[in-house]
Amino acid sequence: MCVLARVFEEHGLSTVALISVRGVAERLPPPRGLYCEFPLGRPLGRPNDPEFQRDVLRRAFALLDRADGPVLDDHPEVIASDVEALACPMPPRFDPNLPEAVDEARGLRHAYDRTLARRGVTSIGRVLSADQVPDALAVLAAVAEGAEWTAAGFLGDPVQTCHDIRTYYEEAAASLVDVAPAAGQGEAWFYEQTAAGRTMLAARVKMREQGAPFPIWLYMARATR
Amino acid sequence: MSDQTLRDFAAGTPMPDLGEVVPWTPLTKPRSECRVAIVTTAALHLVGDEGFVPDDVSYRVLPADRRDLVLGHWSPNFDRSGFVADLDVVYPADRLDELASDGTIGSVADHHYAFAGNQEDTLTGIRLDSGPAVARLLRDDDVDVVLLTPV
Repeated sequence: MCVLARVFEEHGLSTVALISVRGVAERLPPPRGLYCEFPLGRPLGRPNDPEFQRDVLRRAFALLDRADGPVLDDHPEVIASDVEALACPMPPRFDPNLPEAVDEARGLRHAYDRTLARRGVTSIGRVLSADQVPDALAVLAAVAEGAEWTAAGFLGDPVQTCHDIRTYYEEAAASLVDVAPAAGQGEAWFYEQTAAGRTMLAARVKMREQGAPFPIWLYMARATR
Repeated sequence: MSDQTLRDFAAGTPMPDLGEVVPWTPLTKPRSECRVAIVTTAALHLVGDEGFVPDDVSYRVLPADRRDLVLGHWSPNFDRSGFVADLDVVYPADRLDELASDGTIGSVADHHYAFAGNQEDTLTGIRLDSGPAVARLLRDDDVDVVLLTPV
């Protein structure tokens, strides 16, 4: 983003950049940057808080009044990610003959559909449809149990598969809780509280042990997991 | 903890050497008369548009009146629940419209643009190809100011 800011200025456009990683902006300064120490993935800070978001933008646009630069200011508020898992009601076990994650994903389908109906759009679709999420979890469950990942029947690239599964869960969760989760809560919920998240992490460990390429197993889940 | 870990990691990754001089285009009119566009690096795209892949240096056009956007970034290392709850926490198109209505800025561009951030190469394609291409599109739309938002 800092590079884009420079390119645009070279072409006669004035830029203001919201900065999420101060260390990058210090090494590669944008002409005008406002560092916002907000959760990664929430550059405007707080969902469903229009006044806070407008305030962020007003502070950013105020940098246009500076006579020269580069300028890198800090937003005065720090918003930390919450590390406690989201408290989210889950469907009961329905078919004990299925891997737990598969059963769970099927049980969340109505919640996913409600979110889709409300938002009108889904970010699932890299390699899976919502219909395919349980099948993809069956593959991950097999790998977690020791199946060779190259022969397990992934429906698409494993990294993109995991993206679609996590998106399915996060979009379903949006219809199971009353308010937007704090940043980090949804992630903690997925990896720690759901069978899908646990299965994904277990499959990732097995794939690493089986010699899967580093960029594949690493990016199947957040790097800090 | 984990966001700070990722920030530390990102700050230590290889970056291109762009020299000491930081380009600077001053405003030539009051802010309240400026036309503003968003350029996001969250890899947003319209449903049906081609998605982004790792190290993808291309861009997508986001018509300013569209809100049916997909979050296409390939990195698993950032929160997505905020985006599910409120598009503006990633892509402040409604907020920008409001700031145009109250006179903070002059107007909103007809089109915004999306790239995929968190690139791990020399960024040559963005510096020499797709970045200048979007700059020309922005100029053709009479844009004065670009608001860059990360993810």
